[in-house]
Amino acid sequence: MGGFKIDIGWVNLAYVVASVLFINGLKGLTHPRTAVRGNLTSAVGMLLAVVVTLLANGLDYTWILVGAVIGGLVGAVAATRVQMTQMPEMVALFNGFGGGASVLVAGAAFLIASEPDAQMTVSTGLSGLIGSVTFTGSMIAFLKLAEIMPGRQLGFPGIKAFNALMGLGALGCVAWLTVDPTAVLAYWLIVAIAAVLGVTLTIPIGGADMPVVISLLNSYSGLAAAATGFVLMNNVLIIAGSLVGASGIILTRIMCKAMNRSLTNVLFGTMGPSADGPSADDVYGGKVKATSPDEVAMMLETAQRVLVVPGYGLAVAQAQHIVRDMANILESRGITVEYGIHPVAGRMPGHMNVLLAEADVPYDKLREMDDINNEISQIDVCMVVGANDVVNPAARTDPKSPIAGMPIIDVDKARTVVVVKRSLSPGFAGIPNPLFAMDNCLMMFGDGKKALTELVHALKEG
Amino acid sequence: MEMLVAAITVFVLAVFVGFEIITKVPPTLHTPLMSGSNAISGITLIGAVISTRTDNPKLATILGVCAVAFAMINVVGGYMVTHRMLDMFKGKR
Repeated sequence: MGGFKIDIGWVNLAYVVASVLFINGLKGLTHPRTAVRGNLTSAVGMLLAVVVTLLANGLDYTWILVGAVIGGLVGAVAATRVQMTQMPEMVALFNGFGGGASVLVAGAAFLIASEPDAQMTVSTGLSGLIGSVTFTGSMIAFLKLAEIMPGRQLGFPGIKAFNALMGLGALGCVAWLTVDPTAVLAYWLIVAIAAVLGVTLTIPIGGADMPVVISLLNSYSGLAAAATGFVLMNNVLIIAGSLVGASGIILTRIMCKAMNRSLTNVLFGTMGPSADGPSADDVYGGKVKATSPDEVAMMLETAQRVLVVPGYGLAVAQAQHIVRDMANILESRGITVEYGIHPVAGRMPGHMNVLLAEADVPYDKLREMDDINNEISQIDVCMVVGANDVVNPAARTDPKSPIAGMPIIDVDKARTVVVVKRSLSPGFAGIPNPLFAMDNCLMMFGDGKKALTELVHALKEG
Repeated sequence: MEMLVAAITVFVLAVFVGFEIITKVPPTLHTPLMSGSNAISGITLIGAVISTRTDNPKLATILGVCAVAFAMINVVGGYMVTHRMLDMFKGKR
C-alpha cells in the first residue's frame, strides 16, 4: 500500500498514537466530568489518523473533498437538528452508514488488489458480509424507530429457514471467493445476499427489543470496520473497529440482562402474551384506588424522600421538564428527590438519562436500578411516570409470567406508590400489573404532562 | 501468514482493552458511548481515502469517494452529537 510522501513507518506510528487517543477518549467516558474531554481526545485521534493518511501519494484530493463535504454536512446537520427523543433512530442510521462504508472500502480494495491471497479474500468477504447486514439492518431499525414502518414483529412463514439458507449462501460465496480470488461477482453476490439478510433478520424483531438491536448493530459496525482493517492490513482500523465491536457487545449483553432474555431469544424467538396468565379483571377487580393531584400534592409535602421512576411514556408525553419543575419545588422545601432509572427505560441504552439531562436534571440524582432497590423501603413517595413493565412485581413473584425473572425497580416496596398513567392498559409485555391493585398504590389517571402540571399547581398553592 | 497472525494479535488485544474500559462506563453515559463509538467506527474513512488513489481503477475511486461521504457522516455527526449530549451532563448542579 506504500507510496506515502513520508516514510510509512511514521504513518504507522501516527496510527498508534491515534489508537491511544481513541482508547483514552473512551476512558474519559467513564465519568460525566471527564466525558467531554474524552470525546474531544477521540476526535483529535481521528483527525490525526486522517491527516497522515492524506499524505499518501497520488490521492484524488478534489473528489475526496467532494465526498467529505457532502458527508460532513449531512452529519453536522443531523447532529445539530436531532431531538434527544430521536437519538435511537439517528444512532441506527449512523451505524448503517458505518457498515455501508466498510462494504464500499472492501469492494474498492478488492478491485485494486492485483493478486489477492486467501487471507485478503476471506477478510474482504467478511467485511462485505458484516458491513452489508449492518447497512440494511440499520436502515430497517431506523424505519421502525422513526415509526415510518410498523414497530411490531413482521415476517412471513418460513422466515427462519429462509435466513438460514441465505446465511449459508453468503458463506458459500465467501468460500467461492477464497477458491477463486478473481471472482469479483462473488463479492457483490455476498453483499447482495447480506443486504437481504439484514432486512429479514431485523423485521421480525418487535419494538420493545429495539435497544438490543441497536446495540448489536453498533457492535457490527465496529466489527465491519475491523474486518476492513484486515483487508487493508491497517492496525488503526483493526483497533478502532474492535473497540467499537466490544462496546456494542457489552451494551447488548446489558440490555438482554435487563430484559431477562437471551440474545438468541431476542433475535429468533417470539414473546407472545401468555394466554393462561391472570386476566386484567382478576388482578384489578375493585382493588384499584384512584387519586387526584391535590391529594398527591399533600402526600408529597409531608414526604422526606421522593423517587421518580420514569418510563418512555414520560418522554412521549414530553413531561421531563414538568417533572423537573416538581422536583425543584420539592427540593426547595428540603425534600430529597431522586430518579430510579431502569436500563431499558428508554429506547436505547442510557436514553432516559439523556432525556432527563436535557431537562437539566443533575446526573448525580439519577440512580441505577440495583442501587436504588437497596434503599427503596426508605422512599416515602414513589412516582411512576410512563413506566409499566419495568415496575411489575409479577416479574419477581409469578414464575409463570412472561416477564418472570426480569429485573425490575421494586417500587411496590416503597411506602406509597403513585402511578401516573392514562388508563390500566398493559405495557409492551401485554400483561396486567398487580402493582396497580396493591394497598400502597394510588393511580393518578391522565395524560402525564397534564396530570403533573396540575400537581405542580397544587404544590405551589399548598 | 505472519502478517495475519500479527493482525489477529492486535485484534484480540484491542477487544480485551475495549471490554476492560467499556465495562467501567456508567449507564448514564451509555447513549453518548454509543454515538461516540459510532464516530470511532468512522475510522473506515482512512481506508476510503486510500481507495481514491488516481492509479487505481476508476470504479475503485468512485467506491472510495462514496465511502468517504458515508464515513464522514459517521465521524462528523457522531462526534458532534456526542459533544451536544455530554454538554448537557456537564456541571449543571
